Amino acid sequence: MLMRFKITRRDALLLGGMAAAGAASPTPSAAVPGQMEAAIRKAIGDAKVQKGRVTLDLPPLVENGNSVPMTVTVASPMTENDRVKAIHVFNEKNPQANVISVQFGPHAGKAEVSTRIRLADTQKITAIAVMSDGTCWSDTQDVVVTLAACLEDLQP
Amino acid sequence: MSARALINVPKQAKRGDVIEIKTLISHQMETGFRHGTNGRMIPRDIITTFTAKYEGEEIFSTTFFPAIAANPFVTFYAVADKSGTFTFTWEGDNGFSVTEEAKIAVA
Repeated sequence: MLMRFKITRRDALLLGGMAAAGAASPTPSAAVPGQMEAAIRKAIGDAKVQKGRVTLDLPPLVENGNSVPMTVTVASPMTENDRVKAIHVFNEKNPQANVISVQFGPHAGKAEVSTRIRLADTQKITAIAVMSDGTCWSDTQDVVVTLAACLEDLQP
Repeated sequence: MSARALINVPKQAKRGDVIEIKTLISHQMETGFRHGTNGRMIPRDIITTFTAKYEGEEIFSTTFFPAIAANPFVTFYAVADKSGTFTFTWEGDNGFSVTEEAKIAVA
């Protein structure tokens, strides 16, 4: 009798443990290394980031990392109640993980922004859009850089 | 420090049109991660914020980081719903501040 009780109790604990593990299984699709992850959390807080709706347009092969054209477009009607509030862009291997943060006001016509960025190495770039309803969407691109920016020193 | 800003805003638009605005400003955007010829780190000197206002209302603003290329170039969009003035402001390290204006006539 005592034996039987013990087994059921253990079973119950096991089941409970498995359920907890299932609930805590990781949600983000790809692992993002420390610095970038920290910068993302600082910008958007604890919000869950989903893939999609964002298009990050970067050349796949870059010859000069000092000036890389980048366009971020978000699929959004940009109406008063359903619009993009902000776009944040992050890199993986530059000395600083932030690239640019953009805030859109109510009269922004399109959720699109273009600029030129610096890339210090072949790496992944991630763009995250924060919507007016609080959801976050992202896109990630791999860029191969042959001449790096940022770190080269001035020659005597 | 003098900086040259180039702004491209359409002169005229129909009410409700989505217009493209292009801005470019001359600035070296020194990252603060490079060493000079004397071996010392060159201090950071970048533009940190850019704000675009339309008749006083903020339509678009950015925070720049050292990963933005020299001579920051930004393209963005606005809804033209009234004739008026766009005001563009760049601010940055070492007291850098430039303001430019552009007018639009909305029919």
